[in-house]
Amino acid sequence: MTDPSAAMQDPRTLLGEAFKRFRRHRLAVVSLALLVVFSLAAVLAPYLTPYTFDGQDVALLGMPTPPSLAHPMGTDHLGRDNATRVLYGARVSLLVGLLSALIATLVGTIVGALAGFYGGATDNVLMRATDVVLSIPLLPLVIVLSGFLRPNLYLLVLIIGVLGWMGTARLVRSQFLSLRGRDFVEASRALGGSGIRIMFLHMLPNALGPILVSTTLSVGGAILLESALSFFGFGVQPPTPTWGNLLNSSRDWLDIAPWIATFPGLFILVTVLAVNFLGDGLRDAFDPRM
Amino acid sequence: MNLTTFIVKRVLAAVPLLLGISIILFGVLHLAPGGPLDVYADIPGVSHEALENIKRELGLDQPVPVQYVKWLGAAVRGQWGYSIRTGRAVAKDIRERMPATFLLGGTAFVLALAAALPLGVLSAVRQYSLLDYTFTFLSFIGFSMPIFWLALMLQSLFAVHWQLLPSAGMYTIGDGGFADRLRHLALPASILSVAYMASWGRFTRASMLDVFGLDYIRTARAKGLGERTVIYRHALRNALVPVITIVALDFAGMISGAVITETIFAWPGMGRLFIESMNGRDYPVLMALLMIGSFALVAINLITDIVYSIVDARIRYD
Repeated sequence: MTDPSAAMQDPRTLLGEAFKRFRRHRLAVVSLALLVVFSLAAVLAPYLTPYTFDGQDVALLGMPTPPSLAHPMGTDHLGRDNATRVLYGARVSLLVGLLSALIATLVGTIVGALAGFYGGATDNVLMRATDVVLSIPLLPLVIVLSGFLRPNLYLLVLIIGVLGWMGTARLVRSQFLSLRGRDFVEASRALGGSGIRIMFLHMLPNALGPILVSTTLSVGGAILLESALSFFGFGVQPPTPTWGNLLNSSRDWLDIAPWIATFPGLFILVTVLAVNFLGDGLRDAFDPRM
Repeated sequence: MNLTTFIVKRVLAAVPLLLGISIILFGVLHLAPGGPLDVYADIPGVSHEALENIKRELGLDQPVPVQYVKWLGAAVRGQWGYSIRTGRAVAKDIRERMPATFLLGGTAFVLALAAALPLGVLSAVRQYSLLDYTFTFLSFIGFSMPIFWLALMLQSLFAVHWQLLPSAGMYTIGDGGFADRLRHLALPASILSVAYMASWGRFTRASMLDVFGLDYIRTARAKGLGERTVIYRHALRNALVPVITIVALDFAGMISGAVITETIFAWPGMGRLFIESMNGRDYPVLMALLMIGSFALVAINLITDIVYSIVDARIRYD
């Protein structure tokens, strides 16, 4: 009889190996845990705080108050609890970061796959288009778009996502170029597999590791971009709190209440740092040559 | 193909690229709802006819493609038009702001490079040492940093709390001496350099480690050269080639990335002009600034390509 648990004990599967390498990157593991906690806190926000994000304490109206037991990050000049506003701000920041990274990855993967698979004129046109978008400075372009369109949350996600696909497109293209001549692709072609079938069923799974890494890293970039936009007043508009627009309104009180500015920024830094460490860990896991 | 034809071909290829960029930018600016005349719309004294007249004067009543062709025709002759907000020539406005941006960007560039190169080389040479780990951790913090927040925090500490440095502007009115300008420059330039310091340092480290693995380094060691000679005379030279490309491209990005720093520190450069022009939908100024930013990226890309092909004999011109 073969022992069924023998297969379970054998860690030498592709994913098992990757998981082992990931676990060795201690900062990445800690970062993943931290991001899970942040995401849960953002989702469960209404249950975690006795205040609402726009609820005002009339007794504290007029001046910001420093951190206290009842208000661990103090209150703002309208008597609103800063900790609650930072917590609700996490919802916007994490959502925008995640969704726009997914859009960027989707667009980039499709463009890169088509360019790398078909080559020739298709490749030429798509890569010139990539060059054009890459040659426009990102931050000013995003400021113009969101300043003119006054976007809601989802339009903002679309703007950030649609302007961030170029890196992924180049990455996927180069992966596809190197996979194009491999035997399993030839085999599928010989069996009559359609272009789309070969691209997305056979080639794409082989490129998933690097794509996952670049998606993760673009989450961090998107969070920074959204908070910069909201900081300038071109992003998500108050009263919806985001880490960026909390920082914007904190500027008026910087000299007498610097703690209002400290916390939202600290959360942006820690979140983006965690995302970048996670990306580094995933790179170790899926791309051991790096 | 010889070098001259290669250069000519590359320069010619940049023309359609710039055309594509200008079409996208012009479209984005002009097709978005609203326009520069929105400010007048709510004023009761301004009649509909008066608005139509201003529109006609500014050429905004014409179809966007017609406006684009006119803009392009003027732009290639060096005519960037007049600011809707101030009525001043765009070229003059921008020329006035350029020195401030280049002073800020240039200082940040030198600062970032002066820290990144030695740190990158050192942490590659002592890979997996305490110094390497510390530098790696700090550089992750560097490129995860929301620089507008760092700017606020340092402004609050150095300018408000300790009152060591001025909080905004380029010089004190009535002073403007070298020391005064240096004190105004210190905060914005250091803040602008943080992210680049981190990423160039990491890149230098990676590039050095790549070169350390090559055969010619083993040969150099095998023939008995000292470690210093191997690292600084043999490895560093080749490791710097890819670093230079990134650094050059980032310099173009730094000029447009100065938007944030210039706004927070009221630095009278092109970035602040950009934000000021955003508020009045000043199409001609916005268009000119965006084109300058894009042109800088394209030009530096082109120059590094050409320099590469001259420096590295392995690159073929095709």
